[in-house]
Amino acid sequence: MATTEQKLTTADDTNKNLQMEQSIIGGSELDENTQQFLTFILAGEEYGVDILRVQEIKGWDAVTQVPNTPEYVRGVINLRGTIVPIIDLRIRFDMEQLAYGPTTVVIVLKVMSGNDDSRIMGIVVDGVSDVYNVKNEEIHAAPDFGDGVDSSFVKGLTTVDEKMVIILDIDFMLNSNELAKVNKITDEE
Amino acid sequence: MTFDMSQFLVTFYEESFEGLDIMETELLALDVGEADLETINTIFRAAHSIKGGSGTFGLNDVANFTHVMETLLDEMRDGKRDVTQKAVNILLESVDVLREMLSSLQAEEDLDDVRISNVKQKLDNLLAGGSEETVTEEAPAEETATAGTDNSVTNSAKATPSGWVIDFKPNVDMLQTGNDPVRMLRELDALGDMVVTPDISQVPDFLMMEPENSCLSWVITLEGDIEKSAIEEVFDWVEDECELTITASTNSATAVNNEKIAEAEIISESIEPEPVKVATIEKVATAEPEPVAEATSASTSEKPAAAAKAKRKATTETSSIRVSIDKVDELINMVGELVITQSMLSQLGEDEDFGEEQIEKLKNGLMQLERNTREMQENVMRIRMLPISFVFQRFPRLVHDLSGKLDKKIELVLSGESTELDKTVMEKIGDPLVHLVRNSLDHGIEIPEDRLAAGKPETGEIHLNAFHEGGNIVIEITDDGAGLNLKKILSKARSSGIVSDNEKLTDEEIADLIFRPGFSTADVVSDVSGRGVGMDVVRRNIRALGGTVDVKTEAGKGSVFTIRLPLTLAILDGQSIVVGEEVYIVPLVAIIESIQVDSSLVNGVTGQAEVYRLRDEYIPIVKLCDVFNVKPLHDDIEDGLLVVVEAEGKKVALLVDDLLGQQQVVIKSLETNFKTVEGISGATILGDGTVALILDVSGLISISKKNASSNKKAATTSKAA
Repeated sequence: MATTEQKLTTADDTNKNLQMEQSIIGGSELDENTQQFLTFILAGEEYGVDILRVQEIKGWDAVTQVPNTPEYVRGVINLRGTIVPIIDLRIRFDMEQLAYGPTTVVIVLKVMSGNDDSRIMGIVVDGVSDVYNVKNEEIHAAPDFGDGVDSSFVKGLTTVDEKMVIILDIDFMLNSNELAKVNKITDEE
Repeated sequence: MTFDMSQFLVTFYEESFEGLDIMETELLALDVGEADLETINTIFRAAHSIKGGSGTFGLNDVANFTHVMETLLDEMRDGKRDVTQKAVNILLESVDVLREMLSSLQAEEDLDDVRISNVKQKLDNLLAGGSEETVTEEAPAEETATAGTDNSVTNSAKATPSGWVIDFKPNVDMLQTGNDPVRMLRELDALGDMVVTPDISQVPDFLMMEPENSCLSWVITLEGDIEKSAIEEVFDWVEDECELTITASTNSATAVNNEKIAEAEIISESIEPEPVKVATIEKVATAEPEPVAEATSASTSEKPAAAAKAKRKATTETSSIRVSIDKVDELINMVGELVITQSMLSQLGEDEDFGEEQIEKLKNGLMQLERNTREMQENVMRIRMLPISFVFQRFPRLVHDLSGKLDKKIELVLSGESTELDKTVMEKIGDPLVHLVRNSLDHGIEIPEDRLAAGKPETGEIHLNAFHEGGNIVIEITDDGAGLNLKKILSKARSSGIVSDNEKLTDEEIADLIFRPGFSTADVVSDVSGRGVGMDVVRRNIRALGGTVDVKTEAGKGSVFTIRLPLTLAILDGQSIVVGEEVYIVPLVAIIESIQVDSSLVNGVTGQAEVYRLRDEYIPIVKLCDVFNVKPLHDDIEDGLLVVVEAEGKKVALLVDDLLGQQQVVIKSLETNFKTVEGISGATILGDGTVALILDVSGLISISKKNASSNKKAATTSKAA
């Protein structure tokens, strides 16, 4: 118990440090048109999520499996008293699975699911990369990848330091498919 | 001296509302004609503390009102007055009025004077009517006048005679309590023209004189337009320490007359019978009858009551919580243990040489600390849990009032009142429950004649029951009335276009129509129910709590409304079980027994399902490892254990790998951040910080059935192929 708490606080500190650092570096540049994104690495690709949705970053720890759920739902963890589901993004995106290593982290996100409801969910990614300031006009709509690729989770693409960053629509991603369907049924009951 | 009374005011309101609840409950328990002294005493005490408190805080309207109630109750207590149904009803109404007064005051709103004076008048009438004899005996001169104006008693609060005669005789030891008659006389003087006649007859010889005794008494005549309450206020603090009579005088003649009566009573009378006397004398004084419009009072009383109730809810929802002393004691014990553990650990830290032995001690200490913390956490959570009787206790009154209004005979049976429920859920389930009970009363139970005609006992029964089941709290409202008229519901639904003409519905689906918005089959819209707003609101409110409500009905036998609520924060007694690598919690209430598997008793049925012969029963086996898709620790069934569980009247045996301890677990919702998972009612956090899932036994049974049938299908298709 004590050790997990310890880890959580350090993860929190990392968050704070990240944000502080960014506000020092890019504080003056921030305006209504600019958003900050936390990026992470998944199979060599860099993905970004709105930093205001990031609750904390913590190391991978054992989860409790939940039966009869899709494979990408790794299970649930105890985050200071709340039960938080953990989603493996590699499995979610049908990528090749990778053994969890020391850089494997869980990014805990706040997901909005309509009606001002918010849920807390964690995603497992290969590693955290950086925090970028991106101007709205620098975000380009995702091109049509054709039938084979599901691009609905992609909010847009942007370029930072000549690298492509995929901006994710986490609300859509974490409310779609099995995660949402079951939810709707419970609403109707 | 400035002194912030507001903090005490909050407590006063809280205690007063509690007092009113007590009064209500006890009044309902009061047997008419055969008053239990202890019950009356309880009511009296509650009224007395409200009166005392309101006096202290300067809420004179409340104090005066309560005073009249108290007088009535005191007479009942002394056996001077019979406990009649009428008196009980008026007292109940007074409790309502008091509650409204207090909530208006709390919300800093204007009081509903009309309603208050109406009810107060009823009380005064009752008082005047009941003890007439005593008064006439004492004042024979007024006998004829009193009899003549019997029915036109005026409200004492409204009548302001031209003056008052006060007979004030302090007890000998009044000065010792810090009350000074001089101060009171001075205050009285400020109210109007005062003439004081001291009575020095009790003053002893100079040698015998005790300076701390008060031996004087006074007859005070006050002239002027003065409210009686203003005078009473002066004596507020000393009313228990003196003999006091306040009588009205309209002119000098009656004043003299009153003085005589007062004198006659000085020795024997104490404060209590005083309003009686005032009332009768006023009858003579202001003989002008002031008719009370009964009809208006009845019709206006409803609306403010409802409004006040709504307001009160808004203000009290964030208020405090009553915790049983046991729970607090337990917590204190735990804190004590925690402190001991802490001092043990800090002692260890001070040790100079830190060897093997110390490490062992440290480990033990940490383990103890962990246990203490966990226990404490659980107990703190339990503080939020309250028995459902807090909700149920309002129903006797509701049934009492409504059955009178509807001319029905109804008995209310409550059970499962000790079922614990989270406070937030409890606050929100109250109104839907009231609605359902009202509905059962109005539509469910028939009038006595119809019941007799149908061969049922004259008195209908409404049964409120609460219990835990399958990770839910279930509240059932059962009535033995006529049941839902399904034909009527269907035709109404067809005519209003809710259901199309060729749509076929099962009985359950028809019954479920009553939860549709705007649906009502009542022929007459009564003020109890039938407006078509209601059942849909009930369902919506219950859904907002994450629960469900449904109805089962049988024509002529009655209907059952079942509310299921999730245990958001509820505590559950659980048995930890191991399947593969995972730990699950099975609710202890569901477990019948746990047995070791004897493979000779395991039998296959149609080669698919397996049953276990337990004594004379065949119980289907549910392999949790299969249902949950977990790799079991033991491949051989004989190495496992069977946990026989029951839900909804069905028994199954769960095959598990091992049993761990029993513990109370705090239920955490899976839905908050995730979704409902079939067979799982929630999750909990174990001592080591990991999450364990809580099994929903009834859900598991339905999963295993589904699996069995799909297996069968697969088997048949493969055979066909």
